[in-house]
Amino acid sequence: MCCGEGTGRVKKTRAIRLRRSWVSVISLIGLASSTSGCGVIGGKIASTSDPAGDQARHIWDLFVVPVWWLSVAVFLLVTVWMLLNIVLFRRKPGDTRIPAQVHGNPRLEIAWTLIPAIILALIAIPSTRLVFQLNRDPGPGSNALRVQVIGHQWWWEFRYPEFGIVTAGDLHLVVDRPVVLSITSQDVIHSFWPPRLAGKVDAIPGRENTLVFTPEETGVFYGQCAELCGAQHAHMQFRVVVHSQQEFDAWVDKHRRPAPDPAPGTLAATGKQLFEGAAGCAGCHSMNPTYDPSTPINKILAVGPNLAYFSERQTVAAFLPNTPENLHRWIAETEAVKPYSIMAEKWWKIRAQQNQLLTPEEVDAIVAYLRSQ
Amino acid sequence: MSHSHAQAQPVGEHTTTGISHNRLMMWTFLASDCMFFGSLIWVYFAYRGRYFEPPYPRDVLDIPYTSVSAAVLLLSSFSIVMALTALERADMRGFRGWLLGTILLGALFLGGQYYEFITFYHEGLTLTANLFGTTFFVLTGFHGTHVFIGVVWLLVQWLLSYFGKLTPAHVERFFVTTLYWHFVDIVWIIIFMLVYLMPY
Amino acid sequence: MAEAAIRLEQAGYRRSAVVEWLTTVDHKKIGLLYYWTSIIYLLLAGLLALLMRIQLAQPDMHFLGPKTYNEIMTMHGTMMIFAVAMPLNAAFFNIVVPLMIGARDVAFPRLNAFSYWSFLFGSLLLWSSFLFGHAPDAGWTGYANLSSSRLYSAGPGLDFWNLGLQVLGISSIAGALNFFVTIVNMRAPGMTLMRMPVYVWMVLITAILILLAFPSLTVGLFVIMFDRYFDTLFLNPVHGGDPVIWQHLFWIFGHPEVYILVLPPMGIISEILPTFSRKPLFGAPFVIFAGIAIAFLSFFVWAHHMFTVGLGPVPNALFAASTMLIGIPTGVKVFNWLATMWGGSIDFKAPMKFASAAVWLLMIGGVTGVMHATVPLDYQQHDSYFIVAHFHYVIFGVIVMALLGATYYWFPKMYGRLLDERLGSLHFWLTFLGMNLTFFPMHFVGLDGMPRRYFTYSAETGWGTWNMVITVGAFVLGLAQVVLLLNVLKTMRRPADAPADPWDGRTLEWTIPSPPPAYNFAVIPTVRGSDAFWLEKYGDGHHDAAATDISERRKPATFHQDNPGHGLPAGVHLPKPSWWPMIVSAGLTAMAAGMVMHGTETLGSLGFPVVGLGALVVFFGLLGWHFEPAIEHEEAHVS
Repeated sequence: MCCGEGTGRVKKTRAIRLRRSWVSVISLIGLASSTSGCGVIGGKIASTSDPAGDQARHIWDLFVVPVWWLSVAVFLLVTVWMLLNIVLFRRKPGDTRIPAQVHGNPRLEIAWTLIPAIILALIAIPSTRLVFQLNRDPGPGSNALRVQVIGHQWWWEFRYPEFGIVTAGDLHLVVDRPVVLSITSQDVIHSFWPPRLAGKVDAIPGRENTLVFTPEETGVFYGQCAELCGAQHAHMQFRVVVHSQQEFDAWVDKHRRPAPDPAPGTLAATGKQLFEGAAGCAGCHSMNPTYDPSTPINKILAVGPNLAYFSERQTVAAFLPNTPENLHRWIAETEAVKPYSIMAEKWWKIRAQQNQLLTPEEVDAIVAYLRSQ
Repeated sequence: MSHSHAQAQPVGEHTTTGISHNRLMMWTFLASDCMFFGSLIWVYFAYRGRYFEPPYPRDVLDIPYTSVSAAVLLLSSFSIVMALTALERADMRGFRGWLLGTILLGALFLGGQYYEFITFYHEGLTLTANLFGTTFFVLTGFHGTHVFIGVVWLLVQWLLSYFGKLTPAHVERFFVTTLYWHFVDIVWIIIFMLVYLMPY
Repeated sequence: MAEAAIRLEQAGYRRSAVVEWLTTVDHKKIGLLYYWTSIIYLLLAGLLALLMRIQLAQPDMHFLGPKTYNEIMTMHGTMMIFAVAMPLNAAFFNIVVPLMIGARDVAFPRLNAFSYWSFLFGSLLLWSSFLFGHAPDAGWTGYANLSSSRLYSAGPGLDFWNLGLQVLGISSIAGALNFFVTIVNMRAPGMTLMRMPVYVWMVLITAILILLAFPSLTVGLFVIMFDRYFDTLFLNPVHGGDPVIWQHLFWIFGHPEVYILVLPPMGIISEILPTFSRKPLFGAPFVIFAGIAIAFLSFFVWAHHMFTVGLGPVPNALFAASTMLIGIPTGVKVFNWLATMWGGSIDFKAPMKFASAAVWLLMIGGVTGVMHATVPLDYQQHDSYFIVAHFHYVIFGVIVMALLGATYYWFPKMYGRLLDERLGSLHFWLTFLGMNLTFFPMHFVGLDGMPRRYFTYSAETGWGTWNMVITVGAFVLGLAQVVLLLNVLKTMRRPADAPADPWDGRTLEWTIPSPPPAYNFAVIPTVRGSDAFWLEKYGDGHHDAAATDISERRKPATFHQDNPGHGLPAGVHLPKPSWWPMIVSAGLTAMAAGMVMHGTETLGSLGFPVVGLGALVVFFGLLGWHFEPAIEHEEAHVS
């Protein structure tokens, strides 16, 4: 298992580290028994076997004990019996024997009705306990952070009603502090899934679902949409940025007001002008990180993702790393980068038809503006 | 069982259960159709009361009017039984008379439903007005379609009998038709109770 | 074929081979039509899978665009379920069930032809969506409101899907009615319910499941159709509609559908294992009751597909419990099959290879199924490749493997020939290897967080390695099926010399020649017990404590099936060929196609006229059907 690549600093408590290590050892032995050995799964940015949040950890633990081991037992029982049948009772050439015509054995049959029943009970009991434990709202008395998550084709919006802050693409959380996510959608059904932190919860228009978990490590974690939601379903990622409490407080303070304007005369200032004027970006994108916290969750704030403090974002277009090159390409060749997206259909294509595509210099200016924020 | 409609069986061959193929198939089909209406009614109930815009059920539903049309359909169940017994007695005049009565009652019900739908439309309840309009028209509309198919089927049988192609030998075939007709009646009673009579 | 020609000559007909196939009402021929149509679809939908596998072989591939990928993915799933697995099962219902119960045909031969033509036309309507450049792209589950709003799925793609599935649904319901009545009403004398072959039992249960489950899909498809065409609000969240309603309707159908697909293959396994082990099925009543229990429970588990929808912990826990209950009868079946082989004299011919592999693969698919029933695990595994692995182990591993086994097993009854054993073995090993290579690593990428229905992924996810293995496996699996075709081609060039009973079979189909004559049984057999033919050949085996020699025990079969003369045996009347089933199916499909046209911009005005025309064709087709005598004998009687 190679682990921890590129997802940021790792800081975990000793207890969790211990628990994690014996679970990993068991799972490694288990998985190795059925496959080519080490490195079959795990250690990847989206792996459910490498939990960094309490829900994902509870689920993986339940998977290993008892589900995985009982599965191995069933697998071995059936496989060995099948192999014995094949080896012991294969007909030899010229064998014209009629074996004893056994029609059944009620005692045996009752026994193997009970065996699966017992195995299933062994799984059902801890499973049911965990079902009631997970996604339970800790109530107003707790220190839980509350965030609204809104799915759009094909990006995620995050609102912090507590602070009146809205952002997109990156969900900022605090390590070891529970979070209660209220999840819904503005268009079709999506599913919110940060595999290393928690299981998935569907984002359904007209409904509000709850996901509760506690991040247990700081760092940047991968998340994605898990319910087919149209052409760019595969490009609807998000990142969960888990901070220490101090870092998070600083982040909140900063996002309570818009970023300062770029200095006059710079390329970025030209970009701001274009953004708000000729390029038409501001029609869909707001640069203001705040919103009226009394806005209901099902009310749309803007057509496109909020772009305040864009330079801090992890991704461009909800799937590409946030580099100046990717940002440039996204604005200049929207249709090629993410076809069928609203920006490609309703902005880039229309400007292309009207021969009003931005020049490379104009794109550079907008990139400079967004990078300055 | 009369041989002419036991399709694959050679003459005189008995079915395992003693029930004719046609009758068994109709019972089975009706079980399936129960699930069809069951699903429709379930959808209706899933949205019951989630009507965000007028007109609301109490604004449009006319229970006395629909009670009369429900009675009309109920009456047709009686007349079709009379048609069946007439056919069993080989009384072809009586059969055609009662059958015609059934057809007319069915048509009267359909006309009543048509008039009801038109009235509702004028009162602003359309398919797209609110979830009541959507679920109401689709549920009762599918029932109306069943009645319509039944009326056409009975009409064909009446014509067949008129031209001498439906004889007392075909009583089993006609019995199967009556099963369908009774089923459509019963479904209406259920819909009438659940949609019209249950208070909102 | 010879008998059919004689029969037609007697009836004063001379028809070309094409007309004969188009108008046939013979269950054996309809079975072959079903068989080859679905095998061709298996290969086509398999090719779609290979296209997807090329796209996913490496991260960031540009072989298929996102929309094309979604179309191919949707059509692969839809066709494999509705146009391969279901009709391939129906093929064997037709080929085998009347023979197994000692009947000369099904209860409604023309309705049977109608089922086939509706399946063919409905599936062609679905396939034709590719020709118009608008294939459905919302997945085979067609989740609303992606599928129900033209805002999110513009173009006629979803209309093809919606209307095509309605036609296929009508075909399935008609087929289920037919086989229900056939099995209940047309058994040979002495064949009580508990003497029925287990396969026939499973078909009977399947017919009931189809009849009770499909209406829910029909209603769901209507709901989507009304939303798409008439702007109703069923699934429109803006006006209070709830898209989750579709999921309920779909899965109340969809979960029984899984058992509609898998119970008949379980029946096939229950026939093949005893034949090739020379032992009766261990605890046959348990296997039958397990099938009934599975069917019953299947109506109470649908929400296990919806654990992440947010129904709440109580419904989730209850549906998890009911789902786990299904694991018990499934486990019983696996153990009974293993016990059937235990102590037997097992001949691993091709059918036996496929059937015993299916038992083992069912265990894997079953174990992962229990994992999904464990709600918290499903929070992680739902809609990931772990699920894709699970249902392919069931659908390919059990259903397709068993149906391939059935092909080798019953080929003598289809064509009077035995498929080549060496090629059969090669076919099996390549398929077995290919399927495990394809579907087992999907568990790994699933646990590593790869969601299903992704048209691409980035390298940083680390999913690339296993995806390459999966793609290689998929090509092995595809190649393996070429061996089957080669085998069929090779076999069909040999003379039709298969004996009536090549496997030392246990059930009635082996008492009659291979292939059976048009009338199946010259004399309807009288059944004295379960495994009726074995009983006649070897006597009652209940008291056999010690093994005995087969050659000493074998008695001459008491079922005399040699036709003494030419033509039809006395007193046998066969159903008459008919054009009407095809005409009614064509009218029905025209109605569906008209609705699809109505939803387009260019042909919209033609839509309703075509629907009306189709309705007229259906009406007059039914009248013609009604007036045409069903069996030749009747001609003098009617009119």
